[in-house]
Amino acid sequence: MTRNDNTPGGASGAVSVRGMVKHYGETKALDGVDLEVREGTVMGVLGPNGAGKTTLVRILSTLLAPDAGQAVVAGYDVVRQPRQLRRVIGLTGQYASVDEKLPGWENLYLIGRLLDLPRKEARRRADELLERFSLTEAAKRPASTYSGGMRRRLDLAASMIGRPAVLFLDEPTTGLDPRTRNEVWDEVKAMVGDGVTVLLTTQYMEEAEQLASELTVVDRGKVIAGGGIDELKAKVGGRTLRIRPADALELGPLAGYLDDLGITGLASTTVDAEAGTLLVPVLSDEQLTAIVGAVTARGVTLASITTELPSLDEVFLSLTGHRASAPQDTVPADDREEVAV
Amino acid sequence: MSAATVTPETRPAGDDARIPLRGHLRHTGALVRRNLLWIRQDPESMADALLMPVIFTLLFVFVFGGSIGQALGGGQDQYVQYVIPGMIAMMSMTLSQGVGTGFSQDFNSGVMDRFRSLPIGRGSVLFAKISVELLRMLFATAVLMVVAVLVGFEIHHWPGLFAAVALSTVFASSIMWVFLTLGVVMKSAQSVQAMGFLVLFPLQFGSSIFAPTTSMPGWLQAFTDYNPLSTLADAARGLMVGGPVAHDLWVTLGWSALITAVMAPVAIHKFRTKT
Repeated sequence: MTRNDNTPGGASGAVSVRGMVKHYGETKALDGVDLEVREGTVMGVLGPNGAGKTTLVRILSTLLAPDAGQAVVAGYDVVRQPRQLRRVIGLTGQYASVDEKLPGWENLYLIGRLLDLPRKEARRRADELLERFSLTEAAKRPASTYSGGMRRRLDLAASMIGRPAVLFLDEPTTGLDPRTRNEVWDEVKAMVGDGVTVLLTTQYMEEAEQLASELTVVDRGKVIAGGGIDELKAKVGGRTLRIRPADALELGPLAGYLDDLGITGLASTTVDAEAGTLLVPVLSDEQLTAIVGAVTARGVTLASITTELPSLDEVFLSLTGHRASAPQDTVPADDREEVAV
Repeated sequence: MSAATVTPETRPAGDDARIPLRGHLRHTGALVRRNLLWIRQDPESMADALLMPVIFTLLFVFVFGGSIGQALGGGQDQYVQYVIPGMIAMMSMTLSQGVGTGFSQDFNSGVMDRFRSLPIGRGSVLFAKISVELLRMLFATAVLMVVAVLVGFEIHHWPGLFAAVALSTVFASSIMWVFLTLGVVMKSAQSVQAMGFLVLFPLQFGSSIFAPTTSMPGWLQAFTDYNPLSTLADAARGLMVGGPVAHDLWVTLGWSALITAVMAPVAIHKFRTKT
């Protein structure tokens, strides 16, 4: 691959952040952040609004100078080698950063030229990426006429022009409806398949689980947890099984029965009387199967049964003991706000 | 953790850090193309460059032309010869404003973040913007000259006309750095426009653009004598219609050099450090 040609010593598409600090007056946007992203992996940075995620991405993409600390991206220091660094990164901002007045094709051609591609190559690359992101038909229309999902795809295409070694995605699906969000996820997965190292910020556990292999949870400028997705999920109690018996009178006895069996996850079963459901924490598929088996064995008729990922709120509650200031904008359907812990 | 104290390995500083001149030209060219495409997508954005010279020329010639012309010892025809070179100066100032408004739009839309995360010189974005605004200004000047001839302006001396346009282009490119700085510093396009208006109005009317300054009070004359718009208008008048040129020419060039020397570094610095 191209990126191996310009990475002597194999130092990488990796990202390494040490003791990163950025203050805005009294506000500590970043308060000593350490972070490692291995080459070719996807790191999810999970945190609520104001946790410092965007500040981190802006520093790593050389848009902002840190107050203290060091960061190396693909072998280049963000402060001392910004020009070389800009050659090997791609950035997709929280708000689609395409030129709305320009047609999609012109947006991509412009970026290609700014990345020093020869005219012919820039043209070819623009055609190629429009095709790949299914925007060929909209190539000549101004981006202002695009739907939210198309704009986000164009933005992703723009960040891929230079075949970056490291890609920063700052809340790539915030504000998108669930269907469009799935489209964007598929595109990101395809890009990861090409071997790009990705650092992704998100407010949604579900998004992190879909895309990232490792996770760093940040809160108020500090890293509060990190590790593999499964590891973290286990730490915060994994999934929640939501069981609704046909007869609400069964709720109490069923909860006691399951707890007595001792087959549930870390926390105990809770009753959500209002919704008429039981919330059972589960850590593994085996546990889930065992619980369903036990309920059936008891002869209880069920009206519905669903599993839910912990919401950002629940993750925070279990990691920090306090709640994240929950975002008010579009929350994916699966990340519901009910507390199960 | 011990890992936290280890300095991450970096690559040696390569020779690819500097951008060659050809690179700068290529980037500026690509960005000029972008700004020209804006005009093609949105032809209405040229309305000011097209209509301003028409409306202002007609207004001044037919509303004030008679009475000021009389004071000049002639009539409306005399005023046409007087005001057209002044209008060239006015165009250079008024159309320079656009450079600032377009800029704050870019910042608010997030496009600027993308540009700044690319390996291009920061100046390219600014130079491209200035180039396109200068083209707009030249277009407006061409429109102005067509209207001027229609209302009776006589071009005696083509080289003089071109010299006057060149001088106003030089002045415009210096004043654009001021509006660029405003565009980078101020939050919205509207406030850039409002602020620009406040600067523009006293400079335009407290000058010899529209009327001779001889009947103005002494303190105002002291101001108008060194107002660059006066000297630009007077130099253009000398070049196009005849009369003394040298003093006004040098004062105008001096102002242009001074404004550029001070404001270009400020604009580039503000642009570079804008977060």
